[in-house]
Formats: sequence, C-alpha cells, structure tokens
Amino acid sequence: MVYDIDTNIIITTEYLELKTIQDMTPFAFSPLRPELAAQIQPGDIIVAGKNFGCGSSREQAPEIIKALGIRCVIAKSFARIFFRNSINNGLLLIENSDLQAAVQEGDTVTVTVNQDIEHAGKHYAITSLPQNLVDIISAGGLVKAMRKLNGLE
Amino acid sequence: MKPMTIADKIIAAAAGVDHVQAGDINTVEVDKLLINYGTTHLTIDMYHKLKNPRIADVSKLVWVVDHNVPCDSPKTAASHKKMRDFAKAHGITFYEGAGVCHQVMMENHVRPGELIFGADSHTCAYGALGAFGTGVGCTDYLYAMVTGKSWVLVPETLRFNLTGRLPEGVYARDLILTIIGQISANGANYMAMEFGGEGLATLTMADRIAICNLCVEAGAKTALMEVDQVALDYLAEHGRTPKHIFKSDEGAKYAQVYDIDLSTIQPIVAKPHFVDNVVPAAECTGVKIDEAFIGSCNNGRIEDLRVAAAVLKGRKVHPLVRLLVVPASQTVYQQALQEGLMEIFMEAGAIVMNANCSVCWGSCQGVIGEGETLISTGTRNFKGRAGHPNSFVYLASAATVAASAVKGEIVTADMLD
Repeated sequence: MVYDIDTNIIITTEYLELKTIQDMTPFAFSPLRPELAAQIQPGDIIVAGKNFGCGSSREQAPEIIKALGIRCVIAKSFARIFFRNSINNGLLLIENSDLQAAVQEGDTVTVTVNQDIEHAGKHYAITSLPQNLVDIISAGGLVKAMRKLNGLE
Repeated sequence: MKPMTIADKIIAAAAGVDHVQAGDINTVEVDKLLINYGTTHLTIDMYHKLKNPRIADVSKLVWVVDHNVPCDSPKTAASHKKMRDFAKAHGITFYEGAGVCHQVMMENHVRPGELIFGADSHTCAYGALGAFGTGVGCTDYLYAMVTGKSWVLVPETLRFNLTGRLPEGVYARDLILTIIGQISANGANYMAMEFGGEGLATLTMADRIAICNLCVEAGAKTALMEVDQVALDYLAEHGRTPKHIFKSDEGAKYAQVYDIDLSTIQPIVAKPHFVDNVVPAAECTGVKIDEAFIGSCNNGRIEDLRVAAAVLKGRKVHPLVRLLVVPASQTVYQQALQEGLMEIFMEAGAIVMNANCSVCWGSCQGVIGEGETLISTGTRNFKGRAGHPNSFVYLASAATVAASAVKGEIVTADMLD
C-alpha cells in the first residue's frame, strides 16, 4: 500500500499555474501514476497508507481530489495541514489501519459516515468526527458552512 | 495548576485562558498572518465571494511574493499582480523580491510568544524565536484574516534535550535530518517538537531556524525552542522585543523525550524521494549529480553562504554541473556581497541568483529535467518536487552540496583534494 503521498504528487507545482481546478484534475497523481486521473470515476474512494497529504500546504490538493468525484479518502493517517484543508473543502477523510491489508484496487467499499466501512462482507469500525466538522463537510466546506450559518445560503 | 509546555502556554495566552492541555480545542486570537505567493489568489477569490468582506486587523497581515520571483510567465505575472493590487488596496504589509517569506518574517516580524499562522507548511521555522508558527491552507487563512480568530487543537509535545556540540564540518541540517530519520516522516504528526538543553546554546540562530523549519517534514504542527541570550540578541539586533518568553514547566507532560548528544551527529544525506530516507553522507559518495542548489528558507542564510564559500574558495564547479546560489533574502545577499562571498561563488563558476524560493519549489529557475539528479539544501526531495517527475533530489548541508558541486558527484567537504 502506498504511503507518504505528498501534495506535490497529488498536484505537481508546474500545474498550479493552470487557471481552474478542473484544468488541473487530469494531472492529479501524475508523478506516481500519470494514467490514474483519467480512470477515476465519480464516487470512487482512495485507500492509502500512512501520512497521506504530507508536504506543501497547497489547498489545490484536496480540491482536486474532490473535483475528480472522489467521495472520501481512507488512510492509515493524514498529515495535519491536509486534514484541515480537506475538511475546509468538504472532502471526507477517514483514518483506518485495517482495511489496507484486505482491499485490492477495483474492490467495492461502502462507507457509512460516523459508523463503519464495509468491504467484502466485513465491517471495519471508524472513529466519529465531531458534529461541527461533519456539518462543514456536508455543507461543502468552511466558507459554504459559514454562509449557511449566516443565512446566506 | 497542571504544568504546561511552551506550546500549551502560547495557545492558552492566545485563547485568553489560564490552562490548556493536549487534546483541548481552543478558539484563539492569531498574532500574525503570513501568506506567500503559492495560494494567495485562491484566498483573494474566496474573499471576494463573501457577503460583507472585511479584514479583522490589517496590521497582523504580512504578504510576501517569493515563489517565482521575478515572474517567469504571463500567468505568474497575472497572479503576482492580483496579490500586489489586493495588498495595496487594503494597506497590507507587502514584500516583493525581498526574499523567501520565512526569512523575511524572521528578519522583520516574528516575536517570542506569538501565535502565527502562515499559508505555507514551513511556518514552523518561527519556533527558533520561541513563537508558535504553524502552516495552514488558504481557507483557514481567509477565516483568520476575516475574523482575527481560528481554532487550534492543543498538540502533544515531543521534547528534544540537546547536549554537547556539533563536530567540525557537521551542521544543523545534518542534525535535523538525523532526527527526522529517527522519528520518521509522520513521527511528529499533529505534535509540537520542543528543543532545549545545554546543547542549544551552541547553536546559532541560522542553525535554529534550519532545525525548526524542517520539523514539518516529520509532520510537526509547530516547533519551539527555549528563548535564550542568542535569541534575544538576534531580536535586539533586528530592533524587536519579545511579546512574551514562555518556558515549559518542571514536570510538563511530553509524549516522548529524546536525548541527543550533538557530538555524535555526522554528515547526512536524505535520498530520493522522502525526507526521512536518510543515510550517512559517506554512503552516497559516487552518486553523479547534474545540479547543486544552495538556498531556500532552510539553508540560504549568511552562515550557510559562508560555509559554502569556504568550500568553494580557490576551487571550480565541475564542468558538467550547474551550481545555483540563491540567498534567502536581500539582506543576506548584501551581507554576502560585503564579505566578498559572491566573488568567490562567481569565480568558482556558480550561477548567483536573486533572493527567492527558486528550484526548492520546483517551478521557474533551475528546475531539473528527466533523469537528472540535484543535490540541494532545499526543504524537500519528493518525487517530481524539483522538476520532471522522473528526476532525483538528494538533500544535504551547504558544505556537502558545495563539495559535491566541485566533484560532480556526492562527497563531503573533507573528501575534496
């Protein structure tokens, strides 16, 4: 299982100059697997090893993962800046260290927020996120959540 | 009251409470807010989408254009202009071309006891002056810019007790790479790394900044050093006074305590593609290099340039190697000029450039091509970080980088003829 996936792998510096997040998505994960972005389907889930999202604080990283249609990332652990940035952009992250040994690329994994992960008939317990963070994720990010709170959306 | 660490005390002060402990979540007033070029345009876009956009306290903001300076494309120029125009319109303290943001902050703004957010992962460098610097993304930055506040999870602290003195020819870079190798790339994830002990007194401010700066490569939320006379002298030389000097209490709770004897540290190299992939530099000798880089917020200070110049004096850069020397700030550049260091670099055949992030950020000047190898005093050696996805970055001290530039392959300075 790949580990230490840094934000430069998620989006390399040279593509940060592109105008929109949509323009950047074809290059997601390109230093590691150039073909991957084109294969990702809406609703897909990333399963990774430890320290996902380490490195630069570039917030384009979680934005691109979300723009690719990925619903959540499950990893053994997340780097802290990436963790905050993901919540702030409405991308769900789940820490779990047991799933990696069982899962293969292409398998179906079902996530029930704040409940469990199901894979091949087996259920994996997950820790609950505090309700305020779930609210931010459900609203689509911190800015949208604040707008909702202030009655603007 | 339960004993607290330096990190606890800074957060408690910023939250206006008497006591905090690891695991608490506190709403805090942020003292300063640094942003550099990388993601500012995103913050500006979000700001304009707010219903009633306002800045809580403009005097807290410091904006620094430092990546890709001067501009290398019309796209970058547009993005710099957006930042410059916004800063001007709102009366924000603004630097362009003055140097790498963290060096600019250390020279001009950071004070002991402050809580500083920076939209850059290496903001943890400010711990060298006893300030709680932490990296955030552009949304967190926007929130703090608009409200003056944010929330912080009080981190656990790893304590590093330093004793002894670094041997001749061994530098702060070797020390922090050794520590990262020991605890791993996420060994301090979500945590604070606190440094103290009698060995700290032997380290210069340049050493201390280099150590704190790289702590994020172990996942740390912040790095903190005890404020001593060396730190106070630096502060006074730069015309500032402390906000508050905090010391950890006797009996403060640490997640782990490490005792490090500085005299046991040796020259280290971090091999591609992870910062914690460290080995003694001697194990990398013979690796051919195409480019060498001395600069960045980690090792672009006058002390690093002196070390590199001492190695390069009377020697020539290998004909098949490009050596880039990039001071971390204009102040460093001027000092190097006055000391005659630039002459030494030019005579050795180095390419001397203006103060900016340069190849450390993997864009603009000095990026490396497919299959090429760079030895660097930059902050990271991730796959593709310095240019082509299929290229290789080794991290080392300014001495090892300068020596390798002469030899054309990785060597330590004491191995040169």
